[in-house]
Amino acid sequence: MQKQDKQELILRISGVNARKCMRCGKCSATCPAYDEMEYHPHQFVYMVESGNIEPLLSSDSIYKCLTCFACVERCPRDVQPAKLIEAVRLAVIREQDKNHMKKGDLPELLDEDLPQQAIVSAFRKYTK
Amino acid sequence: MQVKETNEFKPKIVAFCCNWCSYAGADLAGTNRLQYPADVKIIRVPCSCRVNPMFILRAFQRGADGVILCGCHPGDCHYTTGNYYTRRRMTLLFSMLDYLGIEKERTRVEWVSAAEGAKFAATMNDFVATVTKLGENKRLEDLRCKAK
Amino acid sequence: MQKIGVFVCHCGTNIAATVDVKAVAEALKGEPGVVFSTDYQYMCSEAGQNLIKNSIKEYGLTGVVVCSCSPRMHEQTFRKAAQSAGINPYMVEIANIREQCSWIHKDIWSATEKAIILGKAAVAKVQLNAPLTAGESPVVKRALVIGGGIAGIQTALDIAEAGFEVDIVEKQPTIGGKMTQIDKTFPTLDCAACILTPKMVDCAQNEKIKIYSYSEVADVKGFVGNFTVKIKKKARYVDEDKCTGCGICTEKCPVKNVPNEFNMGMDNRRAIYIPFAQAVPKVATIDANYCNMLKNGKCGVCSKFCTVGAIDYKQQDTIVEEKYGAIVVATGFNPIKLDDFDEFAYSQSKDVITSLEFERLTNAAGPTSGTLLRPSDGKHPHTIVFVQCVGSRDTSGCGKTYCSKICCMYTAKHAMLTREKYPDTDVYVFYIDVRTPGKNFDEFYRRAVEEYGVHYIKGMVGKVVPRSDGTLMVQASDLLSNEQLHINADLVVLAAAIEPDKSARSLATMLTASMDTNDFFTEAHPKLRPVESPTAGIFLSGVCQGPKDIPETVSQASAAAAKVIGLLAKDKLTCNPCVAQANELMCNGCSSCEKVCPYGAITYSDKEFRMPDRTTAIRRVASVNEAVCQGCGACTVACPSGAMDLKGFSNSQIMAEVDAICK
Repeated sequence: MQKQDKQELILRISGVNARKCMRCGKCSATCPAYDEMEYHPHQFVYMVESGNIEPLLSSDSIYKCLTCFACVERCPRDVQPAKLIEAVRLAVIREQDKNHMKKGDLPELLDEDLPQQAIVSAFRKYTK
Repeated sequence: MQVKETNEFKPKIVAFCCNWCSYAGADLAGTNRLQYPADVKIIRVPCSCRVNPMFILRAFQRGADGVILCGCHPGDCHYTTGNYYTRRRMTLLFSMLDYLGIEKERTRVEWVSAAEGAKFAATMNDFVATVTKLGENKRLEDLRCKAK
Repeated sequence: MQKIGVFVCHCGTNIAATVDVKAVAEALKGEPGVVFSTDYQYMCSEAGQNLIKNSIKEYGLTGVVVCSCSPRMHEQTFRKAAQSAGINPYMVEIANIREQCSWIHKDIWSATEKAIILGKAAVAKVQLNAPLTAGESPVVKRALVIGGGIAGIQTALDIAEAGFEVDIVEKQPTIGGKMTQIDKTFPTLDCAACILTPKMVDCAQNEKIKIYSYSEVADVKGFVGNFTVKIKKKARYVDEDKCTGCGICTEKCPVKNVPNEFNMGMDNRRAIYIPFAQAVPKVATIDANYCNMLKNGKCGVCSKFCTVGAIDYKQQDTIVEEKYGAIVVATGFNPIKLDDFDEFAYSQSKDVITSLEFERLTNAAGPTSGTLLRPSDGKHPHTIVFVQCVGSRDTSGCGKTYCSKICCMYTAKHAMLTREKYPDTDVYVFYIDVRTPGKNFDEFYRRAVEEYGVHYIKGMVGKVVPRSDGTLMVQASDLLSNEQLHINADLVVLAAAIEPDKSARSLATMLTASMDTNDFFTEAHPKLRPVESPTAGIFLSGVCQGPKDIPETVSQASAAAAKVIGLLAKDKLTCNPCVAQANELMCNGCSSCEKVCPYGAITYSDKEFRMPDRTTAIRRVASVNEAVCQGCGACTVACPSGAMDLKGFSNSQIMAEVDAICK
């Protein structure tokens, strides 16, 4: 897939208009997973917009995002970085064309201390 | 002068343009030499809200094939709210005309600012093409008027 | 039947190249009423105009049609020519055969045909033209300024200087506005009170200026040159003429727990109060929400101590009616409420404050007498974080979409002054962009960084968390080093966006002045008429039109004053004669036209009519105020009986044009 196609795909899946970003960095300022991520929310927005997508696709950061939506909540320009990160993740998973998690795996994973939202979130992350 | 006789259908189109935005936009189209068909004849009105539905009915009665109404963009009206009245009045009038058999494509309201010469020309080109495709409009024409 | 002359212009080759002008002149000769028709090289030239003038005299023309360029270009020229030849200027019509014909068509045959039709339409219209005379309306030589901040004060002083009378209406008990609360002004750092209070005193002492403090505009009627305004003087329960401003009452009043709005609620005042020492007028005001005497009739302490007997618990709101020629809106701004910004913990912690509160904390007349202390424990803060763009440039719906313009500079000022007074404090400023376009503004900001060592960090604060040890954890991003920062701050200062005063919207409705989606008043032209509202006679001064700093506000205030003076200097105003006219015989008094008129130009009155059977009947009919009507024609369409018509663009004239075009 061409670089530009990939950019369009990601923007289409996410429904995000990255051009609205005014580079204030409030998304990264509010991100609880900041230290875990190689690329931070504001970088996702900037790099997708400028078409520099390859480093994001191969980075672990797409799996480190908690999808907590704090960045979406706080963004003054309504850019929704978390949706963009999720779209990058989906682009990778769709290309690999496999599900990393199956419904059958669920009962094993269930744990009293694990919030249900984490399971839902994991399902979103690891399945195409 | 050589009179050119063609069988090609030439629609009669009346354009009402508000003095502050659209008429100036039409002038700008002229200044920039942007072509549009000579079938469009412009009538200057102070504001698009000056256009009485009667004028449009009259145009169709006298054999017009299309009527277009141009005003300032919503919010930019020189008289603050005139174009909002236009929008409401024409929505009603055009749906009534549609009911009477005058296709919706023959009537149109467009917002053209004084800076949009290109938009004015493009709008007129498009409108003339649309009306030409529909062909002659005879539905409201009062033939007694024509006989005179 | 009119005697019409047709003049077809070649405009060099501009028209003649694509339109057969001679054929046009020839074709129009046969139109009804046309007695003379000719073409000429340049109709707008001296010789061309003379041709028109001479023909008018020679053929006794009563109407003129010029086929030439756009009426927006030369309508005035030809009208003047016709007038000098002795016919009414409004008997001239233009057929636009240049911009709307020769310039846009290439085919001579169709262009000529169109030019003839346009000419016929103009002839048909002139047939029905009637001579019009522009009316005149007198100008009341007195101006009203709504809002007594620095904008209103400057406008009033300038108008008074020119010798006209001005009234200022201010809703607070004192004039002065937001500038009274500011400590120092950027970029020169002179003290705000030192430059403002002399102007306030000038206002009070100027014989031409009358101050209605603690008053609001209740109603506006009329039009440019002749407004009638009702001003509501709210009851302050103190006789303004008797009160000497000695302040004894404000010391003796037993109600001590009223939040002091002058200090942004950071300390308390009494129920009877004078906002601050330099207030103008220096008169006490009783706050009816807190006064025991007004609430339950038990107290009366102030009245006992007042040596001049100025206290009047029975005072009522009064309405004053005045006439004005011009109205200046100077309603100013307020910082936005920060309730929707939970992430900055504004409502959870006393140590998270707005910039205006910070201003009071550093002001010698403020709650801490000018020593910078934390509001929570009164200790000296060692680490201060300033957050810019709180609610500005925000399209998410919590804040305002625009840039508030003043925050970059006042934050630089606060940061600099803090470092100067307390060199042991660490000062951080989080910014998205630093915008300093203005004389000596960027130099000022750079001085804060280079000389005073303020830490400017590009990035936004994500959240502020109050901690148990009383400090505030500030989590922010540093975009240049790509790090997330955690700073332990003692004080967080938020540069809140500014918004137009809430009273502006209802005022705009009363004035029929237009506003944008942010409730800022719209100017008549964004570049060329920046201090006038599109509604004639209404002028704009200060932040009510858009965010501004003090120097800009003052220049705009003076510009507005200049426009007002220009208006008041005239004895009479000439009106546009193309206005609506009601045919009283046909009007049925239904009020449809009144409802659609954007200017309030239509009124109704009962008139006596003689009936065919010689009896008389009284009917309600519409009449148009020609000075107010701008001639849009909205009413003409709304009128169900066809009584309303627009002069110069009458129903019959437009119909005639339609007929000519569709023939």
